[in-house]
Amino acid sequence: MTAPEGNPSDPAVRNSRDEQIELVIGRLLQVGVLAAAIVVVVGGIMLLAQYGHLPANFRNFRSEDAALRSVAGVVRAALTGDSRAIVQLGLVLLIATPVARVALTLGAFVIQRDRLYILTTSIVLALLLYGLIWGRA
Amino acid sequence: MSIWLLALFLALGSFGAGLLGALTGLGGGLVVVPMMTLLFHVDLRYAIGASLVSVIATSSGAAAAYVREGYTNVRAGIFLEVATTVGALTGAALAGFIPTSALAVLFGVVLLYSAYRSLSAPEHHPIDLPSDPLAVRLRLNSTYPTAEGVRAYSVQGVKGGFSLMFVAGVLSALLGIGSGVVKVLAMDHTMKLPFKVSTTTSNFMIGVTAAASAGVYLHRGYIEPVLAFPVMLGVLTGALLGARILAGAKTVWLRRVFTAVVAVLALEMLYKGLRGGL
Repeated sequence: MTAPEGNPSDPAVRNSRDEQIELVIGRLLQVGVLAAAIVVVVGGIMLLAQYGHLPANFRNFRSEDAALRSVAGVVRAALTGDSRAIVQLGLVLLIATPVARVALTLGAFVIQRDRLYILTTSIVLALLLYGLIWGRA
Repeated sequence: MSIWLLALFLALGSFGAGLLGALTGLGGGLVVVPMMTLLFHVDLRYAIGASLVSVIATSSGAAAAYVREGYTNVRAGIFLEVATTVGALTGAALAGFIPTSALAVLFGVVLLYSAYRSLSAPEHHPIDLPSDPLAVRLRLNSTYPTAEGVRAYSVQGVKGGFSLMFVAGVLSALLGIGSGVVKVLAMDHTMKLPFKVSTTTSNFMIGVTAAASAGVYLHRGYIEPVLAFPVMLGVLTGALLGARILAGAKTVWLRRVFTAVVAVLALEMLYKGLRGGL
C-alpha cells in the first residue's frame, strides 16, 4: 500500500497541517484550564466564606447531593448562586476541556478528510460524552 | 478540623505534590490520593474524585506547551486514547465492586513500580527499525525535533502498546491517577517511540483518559467541591511553577527525594490495605 503524492501520509504535508492543528489545540487547552480555574477560585472563596467555619468530616462517603451530580444539575444550581455548585461548575468545565479538545481534533480530521482518524476520534469522543452525560460505565 | 483549615492543608500538600510531580516527571496525581487518605483521613472515593480532577488540570495545562514544541504524536495519541478511554470506563465500572482494601494494595504496588521506574535510566533504543506494518496503515510513524534537526522515527509493537494502554486506563480510573508511568512504558518500551515523544504524548493523553472516568464519578457523587477545589488549585499551581523552573533545576536529587516519598507512601498503602485499615 503506497501513498500517492500530496496524501496526508507524506511527512512534509502532514507536518505543516498537524502543526496548525496542534497550535489551536494548545490554545484551547490553556483557555479551558484558565476559565475553569477562575470559576473554581470564585466559587471557592464564596464557599469558604459560607462554610469555612464548619467542621470538616469526609471520613465516610455520603454521595454528593443529587443536584451536583449531573452536568445539567450543576449548571442550574450554579445559576442560583450556590457556592458549592459554582465550584462544581468550574470542575465540570475542567472535565469538559479534554472533551472539547477531542471534538476540535475531530473537526481538524474532517477538514483533512482523513477517514481513518475521523472514525478513531469519533469513537473517543462518543466514549467521553457517554461517561460525562449519561454517567454510566 | 474546620473546612477552612482542611482546605488550606490540602492546598499546601497538593501544591507540593504538583511541584515535585512536575520537576521529577512522575506527575502530582500519584501522591494526592495517598496524601488525602493517609494524612487527612478522607474517604478513598472522594480522594479519587479530587485527584482525577487535578490530573486533568495539570495534563491540559502542560500539554498546551508541549504540543507547540512538536514532540507530541497527535495521531498516536488519539489512536491509543481509544484503548485508554475504554479502559477508564471499564475501571470506573469495576470500581464499585472492588473492596477498598484491595484498591489500597493495588495502589501500593503501582506506587512501588513507579518509584522503581523513576530511578532506572531511560533505555536507549534505535528509532529507525523497520516499522510495524500496522503503524504504517495507521500512519503513526512521524518526526520529532532533535539537536541535529528533525528526525524521522518508526513505530513498533502497536498491538502490545494498545493493550498496555487499556491497562493504563483501568488503573487511572480505579486509583484516580494519570497512569503516566504505564503510558510511557507502552510507548517508550513497547512501541519504541523516542523517549521525549513518549512522555509528551503520554501527558497529552492523560487528560482525556482522566476525563472519561471523572465524568462517570461526577454522577456517582465522588467529586466533592469542598475537597476538589483546594486540591485542583494546589496541584495546578505547583505543576505550573515546576514546569517553569524545570529548565535550570538539578532534578537528580529531587527525583530521589520524591521517589523516597512515593516508596514510603507505597508501603503505607500496602500496610493499610493488607490490614484493612483504609
